[in-house]
Amino acid sequence: MKSNQNDAEFRLAWIGMGLAAPAGFLLAILYVLPLLCLLLLSLTDYELGATTLRWLGTENFQRAWQDPVFIRSLKNTLVYMSIVIPGGVLLSLLVALLIHQRVRSRSFYEVIYFLPVTSTMIAMATVWQFLLHPKLGFINAALKAVGLGETAFITDPSWVIPSLALIGLWQMIGFNMIIYLAGLSQIPQEIYEAAEVDGVHAGWERFIHITWPMLTPTTLFVVVTTCISAFKVFDTVLALTQGKSQSEVVLYAIYLEGFQYFKMGYAAALTLIFLALIFAASSIQLLKMDKKAHYA
Amino acid sequence: MKLKTSVVVSHAVLLGGAAIMLMPFVWMFFTAIKAPSEIFEASIWPWPRTWYGFAHFQEVLKSAPMGLFMWNGLVVCTGILIVQVLVAIPAAYALAKLPFKGSESLFMGILVALSVPIQVTALPLYMGLSLAGWLNSYFAQMVPFFLSMFAIFLLRQHFKTFPDEIIHAARIDGMTEWEIMWRLVVPSARPALAAFAVFSVVAHWNDLYWPMIVITTTELAPPPLGMLLFANAESGANYGALMAGATLITMPMVIAFLFARKQFIQGITMTGFR
Repeated sequence: MKSNQNDAEFRLAWIGMGLAAPAGFLLAILYVLPLLCLLLLSLTDYELGATTLRWLGTENFQRAWQDPVFIRSLKNTLVYMSIVIPGGVLLSLLVALLIHQRVRSRSFYEVIYFLPVTSTMIAMATVWQFLLHPKLGFINAALKAVGLGETAFITDPSWVIPSLALIGLWQMIGFNMIIYLAGLSQIPQEIYEAAEVDGVHAGWERFIHITWPMLTPTTLFVVVTTCISAFKVFDTVLALTQGKSQSEVVLYAIYLEGFQYFKMGYAAALTLIFLALIFAASSIQLLKMDKKAHYA
Repeated sequence: MKLKTSVVVSHAVLLGGAAIMLMPFVWMFFTAIKAPSEIFEASIWPWPRTWYGFAHFQEVLKSAPMGLFMWNGLVVCTGILIVQVLVAIPAAYALAKLPFKGSESLFMGILVALSVPIQVTALPLYMGLSLAGWLNSYFAQMVPFFLSMFAIFLLRQHFKTFPDEIIHAARIDGMTEWEIMWRLVVPSARPALAAFAVFSVVAHWNDLYWPMIVITTTELAPPPLGMLLFANAESGANYGALMAGATLITMPMVIAFLFARKQFIQGITMTGFR
């Protein structure tokens, strides 16, 4: 009997291995092997099509910190984040709080605010390029109508990153809003009732003492996804500026080095820095797990 | 009375925000049906004064194979989804219900790979596909996405909640693991599969980065790359045609979203990926 059971377990383990094998194989060739290649490439000066290859050690990484384009792309990403993170948290939370109280009109607003999330970014970026056009665009026409001057949103280096960030905000608010709505619906009503007994009546008091602290895990999650999407900005840069007006972002710098100049070694080093940034942003989420929040 | 004002204020704020969210869509569509002379007036009112018809759309369809782009997008998204599901279901079942040696390290690997985006593996994968001579194909567009970490993770969570007693009983009745998986366990996770399908299709329909790297011929371009090629070709300020092109490219997803609002919102937000 005992050996029969062992046999059965042994057989099931083999079946399990067989069922997981395709996934394991794909994991090896689509992730493990490419990441190893990336690591090796980053230590060389390999260029696509080159017949020679030189071992550089960490030279590529040192070069990155002196590369004006890459440094600028990091700075641009930071500026972008400084707009998109507070904006993405506060505006989405405001919209979510207002929608949460609506009953009949809730789905109407949900559809409208979520629409930009599903739409093809490169097409909508082309629309934004038109809207921000100095002569023909609606936004400058509207600014002129209220007596403000013409602004070169896309070609003025001091305006281009804020403009890209506003487009980013436009696209992400609906996503964050839904996450906040889910967070709001999980706050037990009894807490508000208990606070009412303790004399917390005003709306803003309820918000400061209950809603905002209860939403901490949700806010962390929103900050993480917003950071990651900030590192991944690409489509809007490609459609609006192609990196002109000093608007390079990290991914665009990698794209240029790797797929336009074919400097594979250097691009691999930049990619690893990009990966480190993504991992750093994801690790904010570990804080959240400690607090035992539950979000899928 | 106090309640009334707060309701009015909240509707006012929400409607104001909604107007901003919709503004690009409104301008896109009305510019697409506007005469070029009116576009150059740069009025602050979006709607056209005179009926210009669909001339801009005809112009787009003449210069860019929009139908073909959509077809390419459909082929690529369907192919990716089928392979993802066929790979993820057995793996998730094995990880959830069939303890085997190495299952923990496989799961750890999957969790790590979950946060590695395509932009990281793009460089070596491109070199590999280039060496093999497989660039410019449907296969090249699909292959990096055949393994969906997220699908495995999500399905494993669902399969874990499936009662072990039922599986034991089925084994005693002589059902094979393959039958148990497909006929008992998978049907119980149908809502999760539907949400994942929406997520996968939306993500890959809208993806530009990877197709842009591996596809250089117009005939194989998916919609986002098609839009880019068309926008680059329309180098002048022919915004009527550009907006007509953008309308055509965004339309399928917008229509699908309006018809399956719940599934879209669920599918996209449950993943945490944009």
